[in-house]
Amino acid sequence: MIPTQFDYLAPTTVEEALSALATHGDDAKILAGGQSLLPVLRMRLNAPEMVIDLGRIESLRGIRDDGDAIVIGAMTPHSVVGKDPLVKEHALLIHKAVEHLADEQIRHRGTFGGALAHADPAGDLGAPALALDASFVIAGPGGTRTVPAAEFFVDLFETAIGEDELLTEVRVPKHTGWGAHYEKFVRVAHQWPIVAVAATVKGSAGSLEDVKIGLTNMGSTPLRAKATEDALRGGGDLATAAQLADQDTNPPSDLNGEASYRRHLAKVLTRRAVTAASGG
Amino acid sequence: MTRINLTVDGAKVADDVEPRMLLVQYLREKLGKTGTVVGCDTSNCGACTVHLDGTSVKSCNVLAVQADGSEVTTIEGLAATYDGGDLHPMQEAFRECHGLQCGYCTPGMIMQSVAFLKENPKPTEEEIRVGIEGNLCRCTGYHNIVRAVQLASGQGDHQSAGASTVGVPAEEATS
Repeated sequence: MIPTQFDYLAPTTVEEALSALATHGDDAKILAGGQSLLPVLRMRLNAPEMVIDLGRIESLRGIRDDGDAIVIGAMTPHSVVGKDPLVKEHALLIHKAVEHLADEQIRHRGTFGGALAHADPAGDLGAPALALDASFVIAGPGGTRTVPAAEFFVDLFETAIGEDELLTEVRVPKHTGWGAHYEKFVRVAHQWPIVAVAATVKGSAGSLEDVKIGLTNMGSTPLRAKATEDALRGGGDLATAAQLADQDTNPPSDLNGEASYRRHLAKVLTRRAVTAASGG
Repeated sequence: MTRINLTVDGAKVADDVEPRMLLVQYLREKLGKTGTVVGCDTSNCGACTVHLDGTSVKSCNVLAVQADGSEVTTIEGLAATYDGGDLHPMQEAFRECHGLQCGYCTPGMIMQSVAFLKENPKPTEEEIRVGIEGNLCRCTGYHNIVRAVQLASGQGDHQSAGASTVGVPAEEATS
């Protein structure tokens, strides 16, 4: 199907994009890489009057070292994030999650910030961002503000980004030397995960110093498996700790699985993810 | 209408298009390049894969206006990017290995395989299968397609390449 008619702007600076947003407000939709937006427009699930394309804003692309964090520009394509040496060294969990996100063509077009701002609960980047305690830099008419991951994801497809604001970059605290694994459960290739678990671990099996675990598609937003983390930090064994992975989650029931099945998956995948992340 | 300028299969083109026009529509309906096909129209199947500034994209999932200023290569212009013959080595390999049945997924399969080998010139069989996971084939079961990509990467001949995956001992397959 063909999208409904819309007007189109391709600003070249963040300031221009913000002023376009201020003018068109509710009637406008932001286009990043378009790999989620275009299918939505084609299916006519959304019919904006104006599409503002961020693809010409060079300052939103790229990855840089900023002391105790790495900073990923919102419009950096997944394929670039996946190959970036800084990401691999300091945020291995993101490297691992991006590797198997969608498929190669989608990774060439889709963007890191676009996927996070879309906030699909089955998206592959939310749980790693949450597990790594990333923070989100949001530009608006009054300047920029920084929102921690724990406050960024508000609900299904809803984030802390206001109507007149843009996500410009994501700051990821360095987790240098941490092991990581993204365990994704899919029914067929290049599908959204039914459930996925993002785990990153300091130390190795048997001498775990710290562990952070994010859950994909176990609620309307990405979640942390806090009970499992606490049990492991307290020296608990993994098999027992993983049984707590579904605590305080609210998984959906849909064609791919009932909520109870997702709870089961969360426990199994948490065990596998932590085992792999700690080199077990 | 928005003005776009781009290079498609080596030729400069300029047009006024509606912002909602998809790149694949532009290629097929405005330029008559029907070698690029629409399969699923949901960005799943990969049949519409073309190269945009050197990397593979699903052209049903890109607006023509987003390609403004870019270089597009379709299956129709692929051979010309490689000097030496009417067919690109990947096209030769697909023909040699019979990497198709109905042929509908073939343009996208070939474009993705070429882009994939550029990033990973000597892939393992497993890496090939992952590399083309965004392209669906409903006929072949992928075996001959994987063989074709192996052949194009200079690994194995068309009969023995990938034979282990279908349980045929290499000696038998080459005899």
